[in-house]
Amino acid sequence: MAIGSPLRKRGFRPARALLSSQFALMSEYRAEIALWALSGLLPFIMLALWRQAPAGAALGLGSLGLDRYFLSAYLVRQFSVVWVVFAFEEDALLGRLSPYLLQPLHPLWRYVAAHLAEQLTRLPFAAVIAAVFFLINPGAFWLPSVGQFVLAALATLGAFAIAFLLQSLIAALCFFSEKASALERLLFVPYLFFSGLLAPLAAFPQGVRAWAQWTPFPWLIDFPARLLAGLPVALGVGFAAELAWIAVLLPLALLLWRAGVRRYTAMGA
Amino acid sequence: MAALRRYLLTLRRFWGTALAGQLEYQLNVVLELLAAIANLAGSVFILSLFFGQGRALGGWSWQQALVVQGVYTLLDGVASTWLRPNLGAIVTHVREGTLDFVLLKPIDSQFWLSLRTLSPAGLSEIALGLGLIAWAAPRAGATFRASGLALALLVLLAALVTLYSLWFLLATTSIWFVKTWNATEVLRAALTAGRFPISAYPPGLRLLFTVVLPVAFLTTVPAEMLLGRGSAPLLGAALLVAGVSFGLSRAFWRFALGHYTSASS
Repeated sequence: MAIGSPLRKRGFRPARALLSSQFALMSEYRAEIALWALSGLLPFIMLALWRQAPAGAALGLGSLGLDRYFLSAYLVRQFSVVWVVFAFEEDALLGRLSPYLLQPLHPLWRYVAAHLAEQLTRLPFAAVIAAVFFLINPGAFWLPSVGQFVLAALATLGAFAIAFLLQSLIAALCFFSEKASALERLLFVPYLFFSGLLAPLAAFPQGVRAWAQWTPFPWLIDFPARLLAGLPVALGVGFAAELAWIAVLLPLALLLWRAGVRRYTAMGA
Repeated sequence: MAALRRYLLTLRRFWGTALAGQLEYQLNVVLELLAAIANLAGSVFILSLFFGQGRALGGWSWQQALVVQGVYTLLDGVASTWLRPNLGAIVTHVREGTLDFVLLKPIDSQFWLSLRTLSPAGLSEIALGLGLIAWAAPRAGATFRASGLALALLVLLAALVTLYSLWFLLATTSIWFVKTWNATEVLRAALTAGRFPISAYPPGLRLLFTVVLPVAFLTTVPAEMLLGRGSAPLLGAALLVAGVSFGLSRAFWRFALGHYTSASS
């Protein structure tokens, strides 16, 4: 069951069917998704603090740079949110996974499609929040150039892929233990503090920053957000780090998944 | 008096059974403890970025700001232990129609729904929050006298009542809209503003967090009291906010019940 082989064989028909059905499904939950989008307001609270604090001025981003950084961080977060472990745990516990495993398509594709469809549903709400931000704060308005925008979108996609693979690893552990999703809480902590959602990495002490760059987390928010905001950024290093993490995590997730499926007994763990 | 004793006895039964049920999952308790420690370490790290080189945050020193962080951790733990498991169940009761059974019981329905269960998930956070307060407050110059401590406890209690009322007000809306449960996530996100002293925010947000969403009374005011910087008007305001919020939550629950039509009708 190699990932990707059905798509190669039958073109993009299955992909289109999966995406459009998941989009229809997600559109049902517009109200919830709007509330989720609203619950990601944390970067704006942090922005208010950084702009007011003397430590914010010492960052060297300028107040305009801060505004744009945190709005970008919000947007990047909205389009790289991952919840595969929760969906998967429910499917595995309720036995819904069994029919998925019978289909000639790796079940992870189904979750990928669900996430992409959900991001599409989020788009209008994220746009409204960005518009409100510019209304309150018209001085911060900027339009990234096409090149910048494409690069930022690619970096966000890379961030989404890393976050998705990390959570899939934990999801695959659900095959072995009933409460693997509790591990997700442990993964979320370094994500929250080292990704750049609460403070740009430039604010970290030199030692912590050097150390954090060897983890996947700074590449999930800080790197794409700096790109989108038009702040100076090491382009090659960022994309290389993202690709390296994907190259490490993808085989790991697939191997663990395969080992888990072998243990799967159709009901429970 | 007899009624009060009946309610207390009921409460003991509720929490005894809840804890007995939860202790089956001991590994989860360890994981929660680890997550709580890591979370607090991360929060303290982020807070530390605002200090150093003699900087202050909104007029608060490093140790004083740690007291605010401690109060926040304490309240967050209370929310995970008490508010989330109880008030999160209301929406299920409404959807499945089991709220009917709650309403038929010879006991106050708000009491039943608010205190039915406890989850040990937040206990480690409560302990960490108390520990942080006990460590930071004396270093920030607080001198504990019995009277001052009693006042600080009173204000903390008022903060708890305010927090509870905010959650309950939101949870009550699920009588009309089953889908508003996610609104509590928005509330949770907004309340994270309480990790930092309220004076660190720009004036507009300060007003918002005092008058509209009383974040200031949840963490900053109790921290002021703990640091011995409280005043009679501050105490009065905290009690007033708690009283008004609780009254509102109760009145809104009564009003909502008037619109409750049971499931599938």
